Amino acid sequence: MKRSFVKMAAILGILMLTGTSSVIAGEEVLTKGAFFPSVKLAVPDDAAHKKYLGLSGSGKFDIPDIAAHVVIVEIFSMYCPHCQKEAPAVNELYRIIENNPMARGKVKLIGIGAGNSPFEVDYFRETYAVPFPLFPDKDYAIHDRIGGVRTPFFYGVAITKGKPAEIFFTYEGKFETADSFLELILKESGLK
Amino acid sequence: MRTKISLIGMAVILSICMIAGNAFGVSSVYENNIYNTGMLKPVDSVLKVKAGDPAPDFALPSVKNGMVSLSRFKGKKNVVLSFIPAAWTPVCSDQWPGYNIARQVFEKYDAVLLGISADNIPTLFAWTNQMGDLWFPILSDFWPHGALAQKLGVLRSDGTTERAIFIIDKNGIIRYIDVHDINRRPPLEDIVRELQKL
Repeated sequence: MKRSFVKMAAILGILMLTGTSSVIAGEEVLTKGAFFPSVKLAVPDDAAHKKYLGLSGSGKFDIPDIAAHVVIVEIFSMYCPHCQKEAPAVNELYRIIENNPMARGKVKLIGIGAGNSPFEVDYFRETYAVPFPLFPDKDYAIHDRIGGVRTPFFYGVAITKGKPAEIFFTYEGKFETADSFLELILKESGLK
Repeated sequence: MRTKISLIGMAVILSICMIAGNAFGVSSVYENNIYNTGMLKPVDSVLKVKAGDPAPDFALPSVKNGMVSLSRFKGKKNVVLSFIPAAWTPVCSDQWPGYNIARQVFEKYDAVLLGISADNIPTLFAWTNQMGDLWFPILSDFWPHGALAQKLGVLRSDGTTERAIFIIDKNGIIRYIDVHDINRRPPLEDIVRELQKL
């Protein structure tokens, strides 16, 4: 009887842990050490964004093609109240990265709009004057492959030429301050 | 042996319950508060009106704006009705917050937006509070249950409404209807495109 109770408690424990996961049922969030899936994003038309990412020409690119040591991928949605509220803080994160000699040129920031059409991504960009490149994921094709995470969600990936981008950091929801968030990224990535 | 079987059975049942109850809107603002409806029949009603018809007048209670009637906008504003199926469900929870940052789009085309569901006022109050301060009225078509939705032909067989957009011009004529797949959100650009035509 006692053993049955212990077994039941163990099963319940495992199930409760599953029940508080950060992902939509049936999907698994990618964790530290996993590879970020290969994605085909459109090379931005905007010359400044193209230069920022170290890309040229047109067509598609994948995250390891970005000229950086580390890429922070924000999964957002224009329909998400937290993403709307957090937009100025994420813009601030971009600015402090660009003003930090340790991070500038090494850490790049992009956003992927889960379930957002190009029009909706542009609307979000214009509404919040987002200075870094944003990409649409209208049919959740990318979102589904990265664990169907809630938004906003941040993946930190390490870039090594010719290899898949490796996740070294994940973060869900609003961050405390842009400064402390960058500090965390620099530490976790080994850049500091 | 019997204990082992019943433990496995219990684990299976609990797993199913927890998976079913662990879905949510994409936004983290609703964490653990969104009921997973699963995939639903895309459309479960038959329209009773069409583009070109006069829109039936209505007066419905709203969460913050008292009774709201369609006739009050006649001759003054274009009207966009956004029906959502139910509060605290996926997709719906990630629809109106997007419109909340698109006020200037509606105003540019001299349009007002009215959000409507067949939920009651207290439910809509609690749910829309999670979205922040919505600039547009939220109307309850709860009682007589779904009467407006029924009149338009967007009341589903389970008492929820379709995910539908109606655009009504200043003369009270229906100019556009999109009874969307309930499992998907209508893109904002569709509404913008139709407002441009007015």
